[in-house]
Amino acid sequence: MLVVENLQLKLNGNSIINGLDLHVGKGEIHGILGENGTGKTTLANLIMGTNSYRPTGGRIIFEGEDIAGLSVSERAKKGITLAWQEPARVEGLTVKDYLSLSAKNGGADQIERYLLMVGMEPKQYMDRDIDATLSGGERKRIEMASVLAMRPKLAILDEPDSGIDIVALPLLLNGIMEMNRQGSSVLLITHSEKVTEIAHRVSVLCAGKIINSGAPLETNQWFKNNCLTCPHINEPAH
Amino acid sequence: MIRYSVEEEYKGMISAYEKAGGDKSVLESKDIAKLVVHENKVLANDSIKGLKIDTEETENGVRVNFTVEKGTKVPRPVHLCFGLLPKEGLQEIIMKVDAQDDSEVSVVAHCIFPNAVKVIHKMDADINIGNNAKFDYKETHYHGEDGGIEVIPKAKVNVGKGGVWQSTFSLSQGLVGRLDYDVEVFCQEKAVAELVVKVYGRGSDDIKILEKIHLDGRGARGMAKSRLVLSDKARAEVRGETYGNAPYARGHVDCMELVNGTEAVARAIPIVEVTDDTAKVTHEAAIGSIDRKQLETLMARGLDENEAVDVIVKGILKS
Repeated sequence: MLVVENLQLKLNGNSIINGLDLHVGKGEIHGILGENGTGKTTLANLIMGTNSYRPTGGRIIFEGEDIAGLSVSERAKKGITLAWQEPARVEGLTVKDYLSLSAKNGGADQIERYLLMVGMEPKQYMDRDIDATLSGGERKRIEMASVLAMRPKLAILDEPDSGIDIVALPLLLNGIMEMNRQGSSVLLITHSEKVTEIAHRVSVLCAGKIINSGAPLETNQWFKNNCLTCPHINEPAH
Repeated sequence: MIRYSVEEEYKGMISAYEKAGGDKSVLESKDIAKLVVHENKVLANDSIKGLKIDTEETENGVRVNFTVEKGTKVPRPVHLCFGLLPKEGLQEIIMKVDAQDDSEVSVVAHCIFPNAVKVIHKMDADINIGNNAKFDYKETHYHGEDGGIEVIPKAKVNVGKGGVWQSTFSLSQGLVGRLDYDVEVFCQEKAVAELVVKVYGRGSDDIKILEKIHLDGRGARGMAKSRLVLSDKARAEVRGETYGNAPYARGHVDCMELVNGTEAVARAIPIVEVTDDTAKVTHEAAIGSIDRKQLETLMARGLDENEAVDVIVKGILKS
């Protein structure tokens, strides 16, 4: 479904993504594990076309088409979406309206169910604005519900677990698995090997390059052994 | 100029009101106090017990005396509907409001100019809010896409001891044209004034807003809030002025203008002045562009950029 080939991004002379290769299959949850500053969010932005990032080399192929030149809207209409690590707040836009506009392709009748899936009581939240009155964790769970409502072909989830308390985390992981059951492939970006346990495959990112890839248990263990105590983060030559 | 019969005018006004999103059953109900004016003709005028709406047709508009009698609590919102259906014309509304002591009323005004090419709509209001009276006034404009309209609302409001004046002026449907909004409020002891203006300027709209609050009585409170979004070549100047002239007066000026594109121009001029050492008046003014992350969040859900801007603008003007 998604093939990233020799992807490169240089910003102000610095290489942020360095010849990254990645395959995400149809119906796959693919975990991307990496420490802070290894290029995880940049990779998400490059695939979604957000933050004005355009590759300085390589290709991003989605369902056989190079999408690197498409706008964010055009990529979304092809079935790709992104849930931000720190989702935006939009003054005056209610949770109900936000989820409804995400559910343009059907699923509007299930908005309440999507909120329940991420542990939110619809009556309590539907008419609230997605503004600064929501906590960071609440806003993230609403973001997850909006991705569920959109039913994308590929959901890029950037650190969905950050800012989520231990009570809400299992609900969030259930939401991701439900997304996958609905037919979405998921690119699950995180620095927590606990989260990538629900993935089918996991890749480890360092210095803008995939340095290991495989089954979750083995790759998570490899990440623990090699990355968590590594003094050479972002120096993959080591 | 095309002339309309009174019946046609009434039907036309109701239809335009409905097209603008209004509930026409409200204007057709006899149980709800209302006033419908087309050009200089009074098409409907229903008062209720304790609320009197007296009108006099003038050459270019209507003179209105709106009185809420002492102690009257009007149970349902009063609807005022002013408009002009032809492409050209002048409508002058001269309004005198007397909300007597201890009264309470909510007024919803709709100003409808769907076909304006060369239209002037002027409103001069002299408003007195009695002691402990409460008056909530919401005015919404529905304009066409020609932008050939000048809207000139002016009001002087006196709010008596313990009284409350709340007003919201919204103009986000159709092109603004030229807007010169000027409201000045004088608050007596423990009186409250809250002024809100929400405008979406597009095309070559020219917008001037002046909200002025004098906190003249001990413990008076006032807020002048404005939310404007400007696209294309629209220009706006917003002046929010608050004067803390009495002990323990509290005031705040809050102005936010968003500019979408490179040709629109926004200017904010907050003025706060305090002449009593226990009074406090604050202000915040922000001018910026539409937030890129908000835009991309909505675009990542499949909205085109223009649709996403529309959602953000509506949100700002709603809040």
